[in-house]
Amino acid sequence: MRSDRQHRTPPGLKIAAAAGLLFLHLPLLLIFLYAFTTEDKSYQFPPPGLTLKWFAVTWNRPDVWEALGLSVRVASISTGVALLLGTLCAAAVSQTRFFGRETISLMVILPIALPGIITGISLRSAFNLAEIPFSFWTIVLGHATFCVVVVYNNAVARFRRLSGSLIEASMDLGADGFQTFRHVILPNISTALLAGGMLAFALSFDEVIVTTFTAGQQQTLPIWMLEELVRPRQRPVTNVVAMVVVLVTFLPILLAYYLTRDGDQITGSGK
Amino acid sequence: MTAATVTAGAILPGRGGAAGSLSDAFWRHPGLLLFLMLTPPLIWLGVVYLGSLFALLMQSFFAVDEFSGMVVREFTLKTYGELLRPSNLDIILRTVVMAGLVTIASAIIAFPIAYFAARHARGRWKAVFYLGVMLPLWSSYLVKVYAWKLILAKEGILTWVFERLHLTFLIDGWLALPVVGGNSLSVSPTGTFLVFVYVWLPFMILPVQAALERVPGNLLEASADLGASPRQTFAHVLLPLALPGVIAGSIFTFSLTLGDYIVPQIIGTSHLFIGMAVYAHQGTAGNIPLAAAFTVVPVVIMGIYLWLARRAGAFNAL
Repeated sequence: MRSDRQHRTPPGLKIAAAAGLLFLHLPLLLIFLYAFTTEDKSYQFPPPGLTLKWFAVTWNRPDVWEALGLSVRVASISTGVALLLGTLCAAAVSQTRFFGRETISLMVILPIALPGIITGISLRSAFNLAEIPFSFWTIVLGHATFCVVVVYNNAVARFRRLSGSLIEASMDLGADGFQTFRHVILPNISTALLAGGMLAFALSFDEVIVTTFTAGQQQTLPIWMLEELVRPRQRPVTNVVAMVVVLVTFLPILLAYYLTRDGDQITGSGK
Repeated sequence: MTAATVTAGAILPGRGGAAGSLSDAFWRHPGLLLFLMLTPPLIWLGVVYLGSLFALLMQSFFAVDEFSGMVVREFTLKTYGELLRPSNLDIILRTVVMAGLVTIASAIIAFPIAYFAARHARGRWKAVFYLGVMLPLWSSYLVKVYAWKLILAKEGILTWVFERLHLTFLIDGWLALPVVGGNSLSVSPTGTFLVFVYVWLPFMILPVQAALERVPGNLLEASADLGASPRQTFAHVLLPLALPGVIAGSIFTFSLTLGDYIVPQIIGTSHLFIGMAVYAHQGTAGNIPLAAAFTVVPVVIMGIYLWLARRAGAFNAL
């Protein structure tokens, strides 16, 4: 009797939890509906009619494509830099003991713990002081700084599970450091890196606050959206872009989820 | 991968050459490898990032010359004096109150979701709840704000729903209230508040869920065996144990609200928040020192907040 009562879910809790999840998801679903609306002057609900016309209009908009292209390039390069720096940091912090280890973890987390506006304005004023003009690379610099942390978190968690005896065994069997890295360490951390890389990509692809300070006149996709939000020019195009952005960010998240889930089971069962 | 290596020979021959001697050097001097591994991230984060932060902090001790509008590079506390003007204190107070309210509301909404996901959801439902929180967390921030612009617009879905229920007078009555109201929901402080809660809610759910998952089930059974009602168990056993998770979540919701300037700009009144003030001062006004002084405010507030949170043991719940 007791245990039955323990495991029964109170209906109030069920309703509150379901309502909370609905609160999180209904606004996103609404984006999907609005992408098809025929109304182009206001946010009228319910939409007076449904059409696919705006997808074609958006497809033929060069500014959207340019912004998308810039975002993809920035996100790819930033993810690459973050993968390199994050893995190096994670390996150093988890495989060795040295003075100032905690400080390094703190330093990696700082760009994401401080409000984005602080990172943005400090980078901008540093560019001003050093007289560096805004360019593709100033955006990448800002993005890579806060992308390091997601790669680092994923890699550190995996390094902790990677038992040191595997590396010692590889060395005992005559592999040098590079061979051990290539054949033992890399296969063990690769899914964690892939997951961290995807999250970093999603983070960079979506970032707007730091970007407004480091982009100058260039438009990444989020900057383009922000412009449309502040000064709406063609609402239906914004609706379509918003829907596509939701879909594009969902895919890496789902993939990263399945990768880390399966990966953790494999490393867990290996020991 | 490993299988292929094994068939090729259990013990690999020494490779010699440059790579081999480099590898040997790393083995003999582990400090060298550590140095090489840490140098790139340290240059990037330590020199470029922290350097920029300190440069910004320094500039808050400069001031703008009132006549020329140029930044005078001399140490002064004049800018901090400006920060303490009533109009600027208003901005700080408004932002802190908003951050506090958003944090409390997120905690209340997040708790049942986290509790259900941690202690009642099993198997497939657990995955549904996990992804159900992760997808909104990671989906585009601007798209989420945009969705609320659609919802809160005068001709939007919320007005439509209230009209259908013949409850329009509720919205009108609320909007007529002095502090929280406005012309329409999308230009009222209520709108700003709703969007903040929506955007930061997942950041509250995850740590609370992690904390609840760590509460041992036998403690709750013991409490029930000793005659506590579910309500008493919740108040005296579960809530104190989950509190570090709530505090950990509140670090995110509080800090993120303090620094945000896009939500109040798109959905809200013309009253400034800290982030908007920073943006305005560094941009059109060109008053970098005052902007820098403004950024010090959330840093100091978060410093105090983190210190208190640490004393409450919230970091173990992260």
